[in-house]
Amino acid sequence: MRIPPARPRALPARLLAAGLGLTALTGFAGPASAEKIFVSNERDHTVTVIDGASLKPIETIKTGRRPRGITASPDGKLIYVCVSDDNRVEVYDAATYALVRTLPSGPDPELFVLHPSGNPLYIANEDDNMVTIVDTATGQKTAEIPVGVEPEGMGISPDGKILVNTSETTNMAHFISTDTNEIVENVLVDSRPRVAEFRPDNKHVWVSAEVGGTVSVIDPKSHQVVKRLTFEIPGVTAEAIQPVGIRITRDNKTAYVALGPANRVAVVDTETFAIRKYLLVGQRVWQLAFSPDESRLYTTNGNSNDISIIDVAAEKVTKSVTTGRSPWGAVSVP
Amino acid sequence: MSRTAAPRALTLRGYAISLWGVVWREGLRFVHQRGRFLSALVRPLVWLFIFAAGFRATLGVSIIPPYETYVLYEVYIAPGLIAMIQLFNGLQSSLSMVYDREVGAMRILLVSPYPRWHLLVAKLLAGVAVSLLQVYAFLLVAWFWEVRPDSSWGYLTVLPALVLSGLMLGAMGLAMSSLFKQLENFASVMNFVIFPMFFASSALYPLWRVQQSSVLLYDICRFNPFTHAVELIRFALYGQVEWTSLAVVAGFAAASLIAAVIAYDPSAGLTARRGGPGGAR
Repeated sequence: MRIPPARPRALPARLLAAGLGLTALTGFAGPASAEKIFVSNERDHTVTVIDGASLKPIETIKTGRRPRGITASPDGKLIYVCVSDDNRVEVYDAATYALVRTLPSGPDPELFVLHPSGNPLYIANEDDNMVTIVDTATGQKTAEIPVGVEPEGMGISPDGKILVNTSETTNMAHFISTDTNEIVENVLVDSRPRVAEFRPDNKHVWVSAEVGGTVSVIDPKSHQVVKRLTFEIPGVTAEAIQPVGIRITRDNKTAYVALGPANRVAVVDTETFAIRKYLLVGQRVWQLAFSPDESRLYTTNGNSNDISIIDVAAEKVTKSVTTGRSPWGAVSVP
Repeated sequence: MSRTAAPRALTLRGYAISLWGVVWREGLRFVHQRGRFLSALVRPLVWLFIFAAGFRATLGVSIIPPYETYVLYEVYIAPGLIAMIQLFNGLQSSLSMVYDREVGAMRILLVSPYPRWHLLVAKLLAGVAVSLLQVYAFLLVAWFWEVRPDSSWGYLTVLPALVLSGLMLGAMGLAMSSLFKQLENFASVMNFVIFPMFFASSALYPLWRVQQSSVLLYDICRFNPFTHAVELIRFALYGQVEWTSLAVVAGFAAASLIAAVIAYDPSAGLTARRGGPGGAR
């Protein structure tokens, strides 16, 4: 009769000791930088700021109506937000969260891309079939480039010479020379192209097609589609697989593709185009953003109102953190 | 050498020998019954591969502790299946008590000079040891199916929880087995115990989901000790302690064991009223 009560008494200590050991271990794995993650919340009209170390929200910035595309200046000091329903771009100080100024954007800006040098800003205007170019120094609109219907995805080559815009209804990727601001080539891709992302070595540009369910890998020199990636997830219907956000690691080896309502992020080998893994994240995963040191990838999950954090080295989802309603895009600065 | 020291040393050693004897016999029985091992492994794997695969899209929509992000349904039900292995094993080794009593093997055990409680505890520990083998075999197969804890440490931190939940379910089986005279009776009661316990718990669905459909069922689930065994294992797999579950499991294990010891006590227990040990009929 003495044995059983003795055992339970010894157990908590053992469990606790093991638990503490584990906490200490994971504690060491966390990054030491004071990284901050900015998440645009489409339905809350806010930007949530999350502390990279504690992974807790530390600030909510009120923005204009319907913030969607979000990016940072190359030095990480300014945060640019497309405020779609107010037809402008808002610029925030990444340290004080104060609104620094607003930039003209043309109607309904959804996504934009900053030139690698930090100037100018290329903005897709979903409603008027234009790409608007804004000088970030003067705050003036410098040019407009007519493109296909419902322009959305914006990607720029690492050398800043080629801009790729995708038009959702025309189903094209428009290759635009940033020297002449003219379209040099149109490449037909699958239905509803959403995002264009260059490999850091400029070898390919990846274009996701939300309705087509594919990613077209295009050679930016020959403008040929070299690979059309398709995705298959056991237990998930093909209609739910809607590729949107794409990010490629700096070493050019791995691409991450957000698959929308499939609630998965595909991990793709950029050489063999083999899909290594599907990582389960929150619902309707939309855009992706790397941490500055690329140790983590953040996913915005529009329907579950949170972001998921992927450990890039381990290719594993470690945590999900609640944001505002309908998180759309994210950017992380040191 | 004093006069008293020798018998005491002998007794302690004797306790250990008799304990080992019972554990060894249980182990041998387990090894020889390959069908039992196979069924102990196949049963949870069927749930994992077939049942969970069918439901993987429906669940996994909310994050509940100890999980920090979304998990597949397979990952969610793994602790429940582990507890199911232990539940089956606990009742099965108790079933062997009924069998031993029927075929007379228990008489040999009962001529031992050691107290009855010691023999019961030995029997219980033997059952727990066997259940641990089954659980780790299941975890190994689950690993290949990519159903794994967050960190490999989980395989270690779950061990104390498994021992405790194994004790609880085994003691519960022992206490129940004392009530049955014949194998057939016991087999039918197994169905009355295993299925309600398993389904009215957090093994297959998170309790918040049960609460949405029926508050009564939710309360039943919360008071079901099996739920707490499942939650204890679930948290331990993630290196955490669920204190409420720990208290419930430890308390229920102790209570069941005391009940079993009383029930099997030849002078005071139910066996006496039935006409003595060995079930002489």
